[in-house]
Amino acid sequence: MKQFDYVRPATVAEAVAAAVQPGAAYLAAGTNLLDLMKGGVSRPDRLVDVTHLDGLDAIETLADGSLRIGALVSNADLAHDPVFARSYPAVAEALLSGASAQLRNAATVGGNLLQRTRCAYFYDTASRCNKREAGSGCDARDGENRGHAVLGWSDSCIATHPSDFCVPLVALDAVVEIEGKSGRREIALDELHCLPGNSPERESALEPGDIVVAVRLPPAARGFAAHARYLKVRDRTSYAFAVVSAAAALRIENGKVAEARIALGGVAAKPWRVRAAEDVLRGVAPTADAFQEAAWRALTDAKPSGDNAFKIELARRIVMRALTLAAAGTPARLPALPASPFAATSGAIHA
Amino acid sequence: MNHSISLTVNGARRDFVLDDPRVTLLDLLRERLHLTGTKKGCDRGQCGACTILVDGKRINSCLALAVSHDGADILTIEGVARGDQLHPVQAAFIAHDGFQCGFCTPGQIMSAIGMMQEAQAGSDPERIRECMSGNLCRCGAYAGIVDAVLDAQGQMDESNQRRSA
Amino acid sequence: MPELNLTSAPAHIRHGSNIGQPLTRRDGVLKVTGQATYAADNHLPGMLFAVIAVSSIAHGRVVSLDVTAAKRHPGVVDVMTPDHKPQLAIDPEIKTNPFVFRMEALQSNEVRYANQPIAVVIAETLEAATEGAVLLAPRYESLPPLVGLDAGESFVPPVVGVGNPTENHLGDVEAGLASAEKQIDATYETPPQYHNAMEPHAIVVQWDGDRLSVDMPTQGLVLSLARIAELFGIAHDKIHIRSPFLGGGFGSKGLMGGPPVLGIMAAKLVGRPIKLVLRREQMYGPVGHRAPTRQRLRIGADGEGRLTALDHHARTVSSTFDDFYEPAADASHTLYAAPAIRTSHDAVRVNTGTPLFMRAPGEATGSIALESAIDEMAWACGMDPLAFRLKNYAEVEPISGKPFSSKALRACYEQGAARFGWAKRSLQARQMRDDAGLLVGWGMGTATFPALMFQAEARAAIRRDGTGVMEIGAHDMGQGAWTALAQIAADAVGLDIDRVTFKAGTSDLPDAGIAGGSAHTATAGAAIHSAGAAVIAKLADLATGDERSPLFGAGNAGVIARDGRLIRRDDESRGESYAEILARAGVAEVEARGTGAPNPAAMEEYAMHAHGAVFAEVKVDPELGQIRVSRMVGAFAAGRIVNPRMVQSQLFGGMIWGMSFALHEEAITDRRTGRIMNANLGEYHVPVNADVPPLDVITVDEHDPHVNALGIKGVGEIGITGSAGAVANAVWHATGVRVRRFPIRIEDLLTQS
Repeated sequence: MKQFDYVRPATVAEAVAAAVQPGAAYLAAGTNLLDLMKGGVSRPDRLVDVTHLDGLDAIETLADGSLRIGALVSNADLAHDPVFARSYPAVAEALLSGASAQLRNAATVGGNLLQRTRCAYFYDTASRCNKREAGSGCDARDGENRGHAVLGWSDSCIATHPSDFCVPLVALDAVVEIEGKSGRREIALDELHCLPGNSPERESALEPGDIVVAVRLPPAARGFAAHARYLKVRDRTSYAFAVVSAAAALRIENGKVAEARIALGGVAAKPWRVRAAEDVLRGVAPTADAFQEAAWRALTDAKPSGDNAFKIELARRIVMRALTLAAAGTPARLPALPASPFAATSGAIHA
Repeated sequence: MNHSISLTVNGARRDFVLDDPRVTLLDLLRERLHLTGTKKGCDRGQCGACTILVDGKRINSCLALAVSHDGADILTIEGVARGDQLHPVQAAFIAHDGFQCGFCTPGQIMSAIGMMQEAQAGSDPERIRECMSGNLCRCGAYAGIVDAVLDAQGQMDESNQRRSA
Repeated sequence: MPELNLTSAPAHIRHGSNIGQPLTRRDGVLKVTGQATYAADNHLPGMLFAVIAVSSIAHGRVVSLDVTAAKRHPGVVDVMTPDHKPQLAIDPEIKTNPFVFRMEALQSNEVRYANQPIAVVIAETLEAATEGAVLLAPRYESLPPLVGLDAGESFVPPVVGVGNPTENHLGDVEAGLASAEKQIDATYETPPQYHNAMEPHAIVVQWDGDRLSVDMPTQGLVLSLARIAELFGIAHDKIHIRSPFLGGGFGSKGLMGGPPVLGIMAAKLVGRPIKLVLRREQMYGPVGHRAPTRQRLRIGADGEGRLTALDHHARTVSSTFDDFYEPAADASHTLYAAPAIRTSHDAVRVNTGTPLFMRAPGEATGSIALESAIDEMAWACGMDPLAFRLKNYAEVEPISGKPFSSKALRACYEQGAARFGWAKRSLQARQMRDDAGLLVGWGMGTATFPALMFQAEARAAIRRDGTGVMEIGAHDMGQGAWTALAQIAADAVGLDIDRVTFKAGTSDLPDAGIAGGSAHTATAGAAIHSAGAAVIAKLADLATGDERSPLFGAGNAGVIARDGRLIRRDDESRGESYAEILARAGVAEVEARGTGAPNPAAMEEYAMHAHGAVFAEVKVDPELGQIRVSRMVGAFAAGRIVNPRMVQSQLFGGMIWGMSFALHEEAITDRRTGRIMNANLGEYHVPVNADVPPLDVITVDEHDPHVNALGIKGVGEIGITGSAGAVANAVWHATGVRVRRFPIRIEDLLTQS
């Protein structure tokens, strides 16, 4: 690990001022950053430790019914907050399907959003990677790329965003509150992560010094609590990144889908909201045929970036299943194996 | 640059000057405080051997910078037993053969203690398996680990009942 | 080193002998309190930290290292490179015996595989040494690497495994295939796998003049000592190695590799104690692995499901500079009776660290292919897989024609099948579902592993206070040597286990051989047994030759040792305690040595193997392809069971490795660079707790008078064999999809829904 200056600001404003300089990085729990630093992938000159800042670790319901989650709330504390888990069950399920209990205890909300891709070529500093070193090339393109993107990728980069948490969040129209050198602003989570295009080194809409201070779920997000699931297919039963995942949330009124929300994980450089598929379901009965159609629409733009065509078909089936599970109703208690096809509350298998 | 930090480690306050902010909690415990019960299996948060409790919560100490945890209350495997009196989880690991080589064991035990405090798994073996999945055991002692946790959980539930009765 | 404070179970109940009792681990308290000292837990005054820099290319040479930049980093003391290092007494490339592997000890700038050590940075702190290694920023001259099973021209190695013939024949395979009514011809691929013991390889080392003190995990104390002695040109008695606990070995700590040698060199270079610990990613190269294979099985059967021929060919790889060939096809030697059998191997050389023994080397790799193929053959014959195996049950070892020293495999099949409920299995695949609609499949596999013996020596003593001592340089890598061998020792000297001081784990003790081949308990146990018998005989001599003793005149054969007393065999009321005998004789202690070794006469006459039958149930999501093992039953017959508790744990562990072989483990190599792209525990998947279902082990009674004096066959590795195939076969039975490339992946099962 490269030598760095360690600074511990007292206020958000001090933090922004300290982090605006080139070579600076924010340190929250460090569960991803330290891993990257140990691997030589990130070599910051200065760490700005925000973990001691006050006021960033609250979960609060705002007057308009929004929920505001401080950026330093841990993944575990959020998932286990009873009100949160009841109101946004798919988000809690996604959180608890990610990483391990130890990592969830440490990792923060803000850090989860800003975690980097797990592309092996990004991690392997001897490989060419446009994300790690702009313009150097992409060794994943013709490499071992079974797990890479099938949506939104470019010839410059086929990496995926690994977050589970972000998938239901983006489906529920989460908003990110950012503090920067020109004050506070907010953007939709859907606009936080960038697709690679020709500049995969730019991963988010954040500017130097910008810090995520909170994530907000709008009032409407609660409307899906009765029919919301996250489903994640993995290479082992737990403690593995998604091969493909999906969040599905339905608002069902009088036997019809009043509104549907669908997003995919593990398929693109960002959590992938599929509005076209949502539109298919609006106003129709929640039937297998309708879900099949939505699943098909969700992947119409997908194409393999390598040895990963199977992920497209898998993603369709996951969307189908996630919708079926959501329609069946959110379970009263999260399953023992959150988001797993082997969760005891499954039972939506048709084939 | 030197950083003065203070930690409570297994109940004792430790003040020291850290000459390098790169030192992780794991390396601080092992190489500077010589508390080597906590193990380094991967150093990347992928195996759980370094699990300790920080302010009552289990975390991977390999991914935690010591300097950032100034003021923290730390419990390691060395601080779990009361003298010769093993913690119920420790005793249950022996009784159920919840280990072979023993290298992952301190992390497993700290994780199990942390899990019981989280109170999410209870006595459901499937939830215990899921909640203990952050601790790899290459020898494959998982069956004994789950049995040990169930046993210890049962004992602790019982003694809590007795206490409240 | 202070004596280990080993304790037995707080209140174990013992009936009769110590052997056979399910004692809890005597090292248990140390391990659950964090007091068990593994190599990297040692600290020495003035100690420095050494970190290895490894190559990122797989083939070529290092052109430059920025030693200046590394040394400029605060705390860096020195950088050891091919140009700046202590000289070794012999070339580390020289193979002085078959148990010596060529290693990288900075002898040149040549790079032969990715992750090869190319320099060592030595610093005051771990942080400085770690960053110093990064700052070396090596530049290379790269050559195209050889990667994969088709990397170059194949050749037939002279031997496979440890001295096994490359080919074996019985009868006319082609004629057998031609005459067959049913045939299969199937090719299976297994990936490179890495041991990934939880404890990374580590060494703490201190030179004191020409004396060397070493803490490092090893499965072969005396082999390691001999290797260090020859490399550094020092006498054996100048070296002391401590290895009281290994954090897992699985074969990777069997033979001395380059990294600990680099630690010893670094300590010599700087004249201070050194701690050198491999980083996890550095374990994917210089410390061995299981080589990949491609195995073709051609099997024929007649109209009644009787085998007519079995042809098993395995392609594997070795490194470009040394020889170890995974003996995968040898798995077909023992299990199934066929009039014609051929096993053969060939290999290619690739830019990899040299492959090595990894838990059930050859047996595991060959077993998953053979057991899959047998399953395919049973299906082709329209037969239940168990019935098919019974039909082709080998009454004698097929190729050699030797009788088995013992073989309770029928009982394993029977008891395992009954416990599992195998009789209710549908013959056809994709017939069973659970309540949630998941596909359910049942598969089985036969397990087998040779009952081996190596060489070992032990020293026993009886002390005047009536207690005993047993010394043997044995190794506890988790299998339970501290407990099981102490149980054997207690019986050997006729004492309760708490009255015997059992010493192990250091190189100054009698040579226990190697902890490998599932032979450690048998070999070390035999040495202990014989040392105990010898010391009791000496004690008996003292008593029976002394007219003041109640045993006077009883003669050796007429005396037995029990509970610290010698008693007349023909009159158990007459006897006296060890303490009384020694006190009267006026000696402080009697001591004797004993050895354990293979019995060539028995080996000539008998085939010696442990056997087992494993039954697995898997669930597969019919649409999403994710797989989970939901239960496993293994029934094993492995001779005498010394400690049932620890044997069960060993067999559980093996079964989990089998599951892992079928479903999880795979090192993914970039075919262009030869670098392993998942050299970490996040992406090189081994099973986590949630992957492991309730497991059930049955140990079938088996008395074997031939394998060794104690009748022990060993249980360390057999659990993988059979299990891997059972899981693979269960996946077929669940889905109807036969996957022949391992591990089985989600995408392999997405074709149908």
